[in-house]
Order: sequence, then structure tokens, then C-alpha cells
Amino acid sequence: MSESNTSKSMTHGEAGLMLVFSISALLCLFAAAKALDTAFAFHASLASAASLWAVFAIVNRYFDRPASLPAREINGRPNYNMGPIKFSAAMSVFWGIAGFAVGLLIAAQLAWPALNFDLQWTSFGRLRPLHTSAVIFAFGGNVLIATSFYVVQKTCRTRLAGDLAPWFVVIGYNVFILIAGTGYLLGVTQSKEYAEPEWYADLWLTIVWVVYLLVFLVTIIKRKEPHIFVANWFYLAFIVTIAVLHLGNNPALPVSVFGSKSYIAWGGVQDAMFQWWYGHNAVGFFLTAGFLAIMYYFIPKRAERPVYSYRLSIIHFWAIIFLYIWAGPHHLHYTALPDWAQTLGMTFSIMLWMPSWGGMINGLMTLSGAWDKLRTDPVLRMLVVSVAFYGMATFEGPLMSIKVVNSLSHYTDWTIGHVHAGALGWVGFVSFGALYCLVPWLWDRKGLYSLKLVNWHFWIATIGIVLYISAMWVSGILQGLMWRAYTSLGFLEYSFIETVEAMHPFYIIRAAGGALFLIGSLIMAYNLWMTVRLGEAEVQSPVALQPAE
Amino acid sequence: MKAILTVHNIASDFVTSFWTPVFVGIFIAIVTYALWPRNKAAFDEAAKMPLREE
Repeated sequence: MSESNTSKSMTHGEAGLMLVFSISALLCLFAAAKALDTAFAFHASLASAASLWAVFAIVNRYFDRPASLPAREINGRPNYNMGPIKFSAAMSVFWGIAGFAVGLLIAAQLAWPALNFDLQWTSFGRLRPLHTSAVIFAFGGNVLIATSFYVVQKTCRTRLAGDLAPWFVVIGYNVFILIAGTGYLLGVTQSKEYAEPEWYADLWLTIVWVVYLLVFLVTIIKRKEPHIFVANWFYLAFIVTIAVLHLGNNPALPVSVFGSKSYIAWGGVQDAMFQWWYGHNAVGFFLTAGFLAIMYYFIPKRAERPVYSYRLSIIHFWAIIFLYIWAGPHHLHYTALPDWAQTLGMTFSIMLWMPSWGGMINGLMTLSGAWDKLRTDPVLRMLVVSVAFYGMATFEGPLMSIKVVNSLSHYTDWTIGHVHAGALGWVGFVSFGALYCLVPWLWDRKGLYSLKLVNWHFWIATIGIVLYISAMWVSGILQGLMWRAYTSLGFLEYSFIETVEAMHPFYIIRAAGGALFLIGSLIMAYNLWMTVRLGEAEVQSPVALQPAE
Repeated sequence: MKAILTVHNIASDFVTSFWTPVFVGIFIAIVTYALWPRNKAAFDEAAKMPLREE
């Protein structure tokens, strides 16, 4: 190449980002010195150190790279950018194990409260958001970023847009996770469920997320395929909606720019409605739309079958978009929220049955003509069982949103069981399936280190889920019935502590289920590690192959 | 100020009164597009997209 002779110079992006991070390192150091509380001082120091590291990383990368940036195409084939995806995939495995382990610890704390060790940092109230954020945003988020960057490149047949931008997204997102997670342990929280991070973490996430949206959008704009594949529609809906939800739910005024505490702009029932508009659509667009995108790419790919009905995918995509956004009020039944709003939320939740099952049917039926593969391929089995759990959880959810059912189920363990049917069964399994596909592809391996270990993972985790959700069903319904039991004289039959005592055996079963799920994920981590370390390299043909017609 | 509020009221009245038919209309258009017989071949092609890459 002739460019290699020309003198090397920094791109605008490299120089600009170095300047931004240099200033940020100084400002954060200043903020750390002026900090009003120790948690803020810690986070400002962390941000300063991270900024400094970013400056060095950009310089090092500049010196190591050739004069010209990587070509968008080599020999007529797209030169895919896999580096950031590898990073995100590896982080997702790490955070997954961390999140499941913390979940197991707090499950054990509920059964044996002494396990909170009487320390503020390990109390249930601080570890619980650490668990939920680690599994949803750290594990799930990294899986979504990794797969979205992979799928958008492959289905658009073009290299990921941007040079530093994709790295900024994957590293920046994990820095957000680090700040959020350490904040919970130090007692920093704005006390909004699934939106606990304080104002400065929220601002950082906003920047990262906008860059994520831009990288994804520009890649789609530069596509070589005329048609935008349905998985990209789901990813785009996920990215755009999460941006809107994040901005809507988090406008807050900090007490001081040098302190972690802030107050939210919304008050009273409006705040509650904003919170659950956010909360339920985080379920709808983070945990559903994003992972449906995974389903629409990875199941056809693994089963080597086309999407069962592309028409159905269009219809159920738009039905989900139009309906999900209204379902939030079902979290606020029998509260100060106006009755009509509660009924509206319930009605839209029930209507969601249809598009949810549309997606499930489309995912399952994609196997038509390839059902035999379920016997031989445990990865495909994992993906398909995840879709079955999706169908189950999206059947249960609308049921629980009906006001009379909710009067029994709300505030009980039934809700926890429902969430975990979706989180462990659907989100967990579809993510594991995607990682089992993705890791050999990313590291150019012929296949996984061991399919037998995938089989072990599948069965151990499945038994874990069944133990978990059945224990929570029994516990939740028992709890709900005990709360509403009256004596013949009209007194409450049970004191609260009696209901807690009744739940004890189910808490132990639940913790056992969680332990099995964690063991499964450790098996996966070992298997993926060995795939990268010892797996047989796939020989890439140097010239583009003609597809068989 | 009053004029702005009036405009705001007209706009919000329109949105609150008509968003249901507007959204239903858009959705019906999407379903029609998805089920239109002439589009079938293109959709069948799109369904194979994950399988024909590289």
C-alpha cells in the first residue's frame, strides 16, 4: 500500500478525544479535592484516573497503529471490526458471574440474615441493586452491545462506523457500571428501582449512549445491503427507547456539583408514574426488544433456517412498539395513581399477549425442518428453551397485571419468581446461547471447546430455574393468602413475622436454584476460556468465495 | 403569553383527541404493507439474510 510511506498523523478523533480526556482528568481531580462526601471523592478520583488512562491508551494506540486507519473492505469483503465486540463479550461473562454470585449471596441472606455480616456495605439494601444492575445492565447490557455491533456489521455487510467511537462505547459503558456498582456499596443511590445511579453516573451514561446510537445508526446508513434486517430494527428500538426512558426518568438537581446527593425533578405520584413508565419499558425495550434482536439473528444462524415468517416479525415489532409504552401503570395498582390510568396500564398489558406470543411463535417455528438439531446441538436447545421461557414469562406478566390478580400477587415473591422466569430463562439463556455462538466466531475457532459442557450447563441451569421459580410461586401465593386471611372476628389472622417464617423453606430452595444457575455459568466461562485458548483455529480462505446459487 | 397558551391548548386537544385514530391508522398501514402479496418475495428473501453472509 502506498499510504504506508506517507507520514503518520493523528486523526481529529484521536486528538480531540485526548484533549477532552485531559481536561476531564483535571476537572475530576479538582472535583475530588472539593468533594463533600467520601463516595463522591472516590468516584471523582476514579473518573480522573480513568480519563488519564484513556489519554495514555489513545497515545499508545496511535504509536502502535499503521499510518492509515483499517480499510473498510479488503479484497471486496467487509473488514469487520471485532475488537470492541471481544471486549464486551468477555466483560459480559465476568459481570454475569459477579451478578449471579451476588444474587446467590442475597438469596442466602434472606434465608439466613446473619450473612449480612452486620456491615453496611454488605447489607441486603445495598447488595440488591448491585445484583439487579450487575445482571441486567452489566451482563445483559454487554451482551446487547456485543451482539448488536456484531449483527449490524454482518447483516449490513459493512465495517462498524467510527475508529475510537466503538471502543469509547464498550469501555465507557463498563466504566458507568463500575461507578454505579461501587456507588451502591458506598450507599450512593437515588432510590429509583433499576435507575439507582446518581446524577453524575446518569450524565456519563447519557454521553456513552448517544455515541452508541450514533455508531449503530451510521453503520446502518453505510450499509451495503439495501434491506435493513429485522434484528437491527429491534436493536434500534432498544437503543432509542432506552435513551428516551433514561432522560425522562432521571432529571435531577444535585445538592452540590461536588456531592453525590441529588433530588429528582418529579414529585409524588408523577414521579411514581415516570419511574414505572421507565421501569416497565426497561423490561420492554432492554430485556425484550434487545434480546428479541438476538433471537432473530442467532436462532436462524444456528438452526441454518430462515426466519419463519418475516411478515410476522414486522407486525409484532410494531405492535410491541405501539403497546409496550403504555403498560407501566400496572406497577401502581391500588395506589394514588388515578384509577383510569391503572385500568389503561392493565388493558395494554393484556394486549401485549399477542405481539409477545407472535415473537415466541416466530422464534420457535424458525426451527421447522430442523427440529432434529435440538437433540444434537445443546446451544440451539438453549436458544429455543429461552424462547419458551419468553412465552411463559409474557403469559404470566399480563395475567399478573390484571387488577384482581395483582391484589394477590403484588409485593409478594410471586413477582420475584416472574421476574426470574424472564431474567434467568429468557434473557439468561438467550445470552448464553448467543455467547456460545459468538465466541468461536470472534476468535476464529472451528467450534466450541466442548459441547458436552454446554449440555451440563444447560441441564444444571434449567434445574436451577425450575427450583427458583416454583419455590417463588408457592412462597408468593402463600404470602399473599396469609396477608389477606381474616379470622371470624375480622382480625388479621397472621402477624407479618409469621408470613416471613412460612417463607423460610422456600428461600432455601430458591438459593439452591440460584447456586445451580451460578455453577452453570462457571461451566460456561471455563468452556469459553478453553475455546479461546485451545480451540482449533478456523482457516480463513484468502479470496472471497462465490456463494452457491 | 395567552396566544401561546391557546396554541398549546389547541395542539394538546388535537393530540389527546386524535392520537388513537392516528396511531391505529399508522398500524393498519404497517400491517397492510407487511401482508401485501407483492411484498412477499422480498420478505422471503430478507428472512434468509442471516444465512447468506461473507
